[in-house]
Amino acid sequence: MGTTPQNPVVNDPGLYDFRPYRDRHPIRWPGDKPIAVWISPNLEFYEIDPPANPFRKSWTKPHPDVVGYSHRDYANRVGHWRMAEVMERHGFKGTVSLSVALCQHHPEVVENANALGWEFFSHGIYNTRYTYGMDEAQERAIMEDSIRTVREATGQRIRGWLAPALTHTTRTMDLLAEMGFTYTCDLYHDDQPGPVHVSEGRLVSMPYSLEVNDHYGFAVYNMSPREYADTLIRQYERLAREGEASGTVMCIPLHSYLIGQPHRIGPFEEVLRHIAADGRAWITRAGDIAQHFLAHDYDAVAAETARPAAE
Amino acid sequence: MSLDPSYLEYPRRRRGMDHDLYPWSNLFDRPAVRWPGGKGVAVSIVVSLEWFPLTPADKPFRAPGHMQTPFPDYRHYTSRDYGTRVGFYRLLDSFAAVGAKVSVAVNAAIAQRYPAVISEIIAAGHEIIAHSTDMNGTIATGLDEEAERALIGTSLDVLEQATGTRPAGWLSIARSQSWNTPRLLAEAGVRYMCDWVNDDLPYAMQTPAGDIMNLPLSHELSDRQIVNVLQQSADSYVRQIQDAYTWLDQESRTHGGRLLPLQVTPYILGLPYRIDAFDGLLRWLKDQDNSWFATGSEVVGAVPR
Repeated sequence: MGTTPQNPVVNDPGLYDFRPYRDRHPIRWPGDKPIAVWISPNLEFYEIDPPANPFRKSWTKPHPDVVGYSHRDYANRVGHWRMAEVMERHGFKGTVSLSVALCQHHPEVVENANALGWEFFSHGIYNTRYTYGMDEAQERAIMEDSIRTVREATGQRIRGWLAPALTHTTRTMDLLAEMGFTYTCDLYHDDQPGPVHVSEGRLVSMPYSLEVNDHYGFAVYNMSPREYADTLIRQYERLAREGEASGTVMCIPLHSYLIGQPHRIGPFEEVLRHIAADGRAWITRAGDIAQHFLAHDYDAVAAETARPAAE
Repeated sequence: MSLDPSYLEYPRRRRGMDHDLYPWSNLFDRPAVRWPGGKGVAVSIVVSLEWFPLTPADKPFRAPGHMQTPFPDYRHYTSRDYGTRVGFYRLLDSFAAVGAKVSVAVNAAIAQRYPAVISEIIAAGHEIIAHSTDMNGTIATGLDEEAERALIGTSLDVLEQATGTRPAGWLSIARSQSWNTPRLLAEAGVRYMCDWVNDDLPYAMQTPAGDIMNLPLSHELSDRQIVNVLQQSADSYVRQIQDAYTWLDQESRTHGGRLLPLQVTPYILGLPYRIDAFDGLLRWLKDQDNSWFATGSEVVGAVPR
C-alpha cells in the first residue's frame, strides 16, 4: 500500500484482516454500556461553481445547479440550527464531518458547534473538491490545510477523517496515520472499531454508516421521515443487544439540509428521545470512542487478527 | 498522476457566500415575521399548470414530466393533459371547500390554448404567476441571454394579456436557472421567484437590475418529490405535511411567522385515488388555529425586506 500507482489492478485493497463476527475480544465501553452512539452532522459547503475534477462531476446540471446548490445551502441558513437544538435538548454532542472551508464561509456555524462541545474531523476542503487524481503532495496538502484551518477556527487538533465526498486514493490511509490522525470514517466493513493496515503508526476504522445515513435513507432508499426514524431505532435495538457480548458502535450520519427539514426533524427527535431514555447507550463522540479503543482494545484486537488466517 | 495545481486553489474561500446573489443569513437570528391576523404558519400553495408539447425540444434540457416514449408519446401527452382538464378542476374544488387562495404557476401556452381555465382561476380569486412559455421553455446556463429574455418577456406578456394583470411571481421549470435568470427576472419587473430552496422564509436577492424576492418553494415538500420521486403514498404525503406543519407551528410560537410551501401538480394529487387524502389535509390545515392560507404575493408582501 501507499506507493501504488492510481489505477493498478488491485482486487484486495489490503486495508484490514478478515475478522469474523464470532468470539471476538470483548470491548467494554465506559460505564459497561453495550453500545456507543455517536452522531455525525456533516457541516458542509458546496461551491456553486467548482472547477472540474477529471474523474467526477460536482453537479449534474450546468452551473448554477439551483436546486442542488440551494438545497445544501439550506443547511447553513436553517437546518443546522434546528438540528443542533434538537441534539442539545437530548444530550447528544456532535462529531462534525466538516468541509473545513466552512470555517471561512460561515464561521457562525462552526463557532456554534464548537461552543456546544462538538468535536470536528475533516471532510475535505469543500464537498465539491475531490481527491481522485491527486498526487501524494496534493493529498498531504489538503490534510495539512484541514489540520491548520480547524485549529485556527476552533482550537481543536482534528484526529479523524472522512474523505471529501468519499473520494479516496490508495495512499489515503497511510497519509492519515503519518500525519497523526487516529481514526478514519471511510470504511464500512464492521460494526466495531478495528485496526487499519498502515505503513506506520496506528489508525482506527471508526464505524460511520452509509446504510443509516440520512442521505441513504432519503435519497437512496426513498424513506419517509417516520420510516427513517423507525430504521434508526431498529438499528439501535439490534446493536445494543449484540453489544452485550462485545461493545458495538452506532453512528447516525446526518446532513441538516435533509434531517433539518420541517417534515423530518420531528420524527427524528423521537429517535433521540428513545436512545437517551433507553440507558444502554454510551452517548459520545468519535474521538472518545477512538481513544478508548486505542487505550483498551486496539492491541488485543490486533493480536486477534494475527490468528492464522482462515480465509 | 496529479491534478492541475489550480484544483487546490480556492479564490472564493472567504467570509459569506461564494457568489454575490444574496448574503448568508441565519433564519433564527432574523427579526420575527408577523403574518396578518397574528397567525403563525402561512400555508402557501403553488399549483403548476403545464402544457407539454408532443415533441420535446430538449434545449437546454427536458422538463420533468415530459414525454418519455418514442414519438408519438400519447401516453404522457394525454396523462399530463388529464391534469389540466380534470385534476386541476378537482383541486379548484378542494381550495374552494376550505376557502384557500393559492398561486397558480401557468405556462403561457395554457392561457393561449385554454382561456376557460384562466377565467375560472381569476373568478375564484387565485393568483396567477408565470411559469415559462410551455414545458419546452426550460432555462439553464448555455441558453442565449436574448433568448432567455424573450422567453421571460413572452411568458409575462401573454399572461398579462389574458388576465389583465402582469404576473408578480415566477417559477422556472424544474426551478432551473442560468446565471442570468435573477437579473433578467428583476429587469422584467418580476417581484418574486420561487426557484431557490435554501430557506424557510422569503428573502431578497440582489441583481444588477435591482432586487428580487425569492420565495423558497420547497421541492422536498412537493407532491412530485414525495409521491413521484420517492414513491410514497398520498396518505404518507399527508402525514409528512402534517408533521411539517406541527413543527413549524411550534417554532412560530417562539420565532415568529413560518412558511409551509406546498407545490401541487394536477396530474399527481388531482387523481381520483389521491384527491380525497389531499382534501382531508386541507381541512386539517384549515382547522389548525394558527394557519393562514396565503398566495405567494401575500406571503412575500408580509415579509420585511
